[in-house]
Amino acid sequence: MEGALVTLRLFIAGLGLGVVLGIPLAFGQIYGNKLIRGLIAVYERVLRSIPLLVILFLLYYGLPLLGIRFPPMVAAILGLGLRSSAYQSQIFRGAILSISESQLKAALSLGMTGIQAFFHIILPQAIRIAIPPFANEAAIVLKDTSLAYALGVIELLRQGYYVMTNTAEPLAVFVAIGAIYFVMTVSINTGLARVEKGLKIPGIGVEEGIG
Amino acid sequence: MTEQMILRIEDLYKSFGDHEVLKGISLSLNKGETKVVVGPSGTGKSTMLNNINMLIPPDQGRIYLEDVDVTTTTDLTKIRQEIGFVFQDFGLFDHLTARDNVMIGLTRVKKMAGKEAAELAMLELRRVGLEKHAGQYPAELSGGQKQRVGIARALAMQPKLILFDEPTSALDPELIGEVLTVMKNLARDGMTMLIVSHEMGFARTVSDQIIFMENGVIVEQGSPEQLFNNPQQERTREFLFKLTDLYGEGGG
Ligand SMILES: Nc1ncnc2c1ncn2[C@@H]1O[C@H](COP(=O)(O)OP(=O)(O)OP(=O)(O)O)[C@@H](O)[C@H]1O
Ligand SMILES: [Mg+2]
Repeated sequence: MEGALVTLRLFIAGLGLGVVLGIPLAFGQIYGNKLIRGLIAVYERVLRSIPLLVILFLLYYGLPLLGIRFPPMVAAILGLGLRSSAYQSQIFRGAILSISESQLKAALSLGMTGIQAFFHIILPQAIRIAIPPFANEAAIVLKDTSLAYALGVIELLRQGYYVMTNTAEPLAVFVAIGAIYFVMTVSINTGLARVEKGLKIPGIGVEEGIG
Repeated sequence: MTEQMILRIEDLYKSFGDHEVLKGISLSLNKGETKVVVGPSGTGKSTMLNNINMLIPPDQGRIYLEDVDVTTTTDLTKIRQEIGFVFQDFGLFDHLTARDNVMIGLTRVKKMAGKEAAELAMLELRRVGLEKHAGQYPAELSGGQKQRVGIARALAMQPKLILFDEPTSALDPELIGEVLTVMKNLARDGMTMLIVSHEMGFARTVSDQIIFMENGVIVEQGSPEQLFNNPQQERTREFLFKLTDLYGEGGG
């Protein structure tokens, strides 16, 4: 059970880091100058094009050569978070940009400041639009916490592996492990789906197909 | 009776890159006047309206709202509260009900108390015939109803002037009338309005002046009778004739 807690910790910290980095990255992509936009585009492209396992190895085995050394848990969180930030920034950017320019113009022409328009008009809609893809990304991060196995973090999968070597019951053990991941992923998705439903407004979001 | 000047535009210029869109536009509106701007696509009509509330600042020229120079004011949000804007594609806030669309400027910008703002919002919705739809979201309204909410939202701010940028051109023909009726009532009630529109019937019967713009300049402006019956420029006659042909006389 301890392994499941470690998995949850990896998931929350990794996804959380992804949010904390992803939001400013999305802003930079939308409101930044050419240089900032270019740098962010490169960052995203790189992190989205390298397997997570390679990112983890780079952080854990590569960086110590430059004198930067992380414990396995920290390296795993960093890897998950950095990679997720590249995807999340796309999610947030898409959500913000999907709100029509004319709504922003309307807000400004009522006398709102840019900041008021962002918080009262853009953000409430962007959050609703971002929830479904965000739930998707959360499920991916949760499942990818299992790659921390390779750095020796004793998370759910590695603990299952230990149990298996003790009991010699691989089928039972990995079915149980799979079931635990399944339950976690489904809970996260239903939780977010419930939030989405609670915030639902006619015409915002994809299901209805009208705008 | 002395006329009170609400808007005065002097010699407005605006370029996008090396494309000069406005080349010296001057016009003025007195309190209670309705003027309709017509002109071919790409002439700079929208650019001019966006200049007036500084959504797009002009390169050169002056814009006075009463005696405040809009182009140099330090409090733009204050000026924008006094200039209503009605958009071709409505620009309604999709996450807010009709009532909240009308209210949000009052509560967030004017810092009015919620109850008072809600009452005022309902009053403005009634004025455009939508009090029964106050609780509906934009996605649940027809185009004509959306545009009426857009007008109510502008009205609620008690503006000195309302700018309309082709308010009916995104609407199905059968929905245009309801929006024009609301605008006609506003004109009758003494609202000051600058309207870009190609609804010739409306322009002819409701406006005090028609302004014909082409290629970034005002070719001619004058009363509807003058422009329709006795235009000074051949180009004005041609264009108005073509428009009337295209859009008909309806909606007035
Ligand atoms: N932000 C912009 N950047 C570059 N060019 C622009 C921009 N906005 C407008 N233009 C150009 O300026 C010209 C005038 O545009 P404007 O929208 O003011 O015309 P309009 O008279 O309103 O036309 P329409 O009847 O089609 O609405 C057009 O050629 C347009 O392409
Ligand atoms: Mg236009």
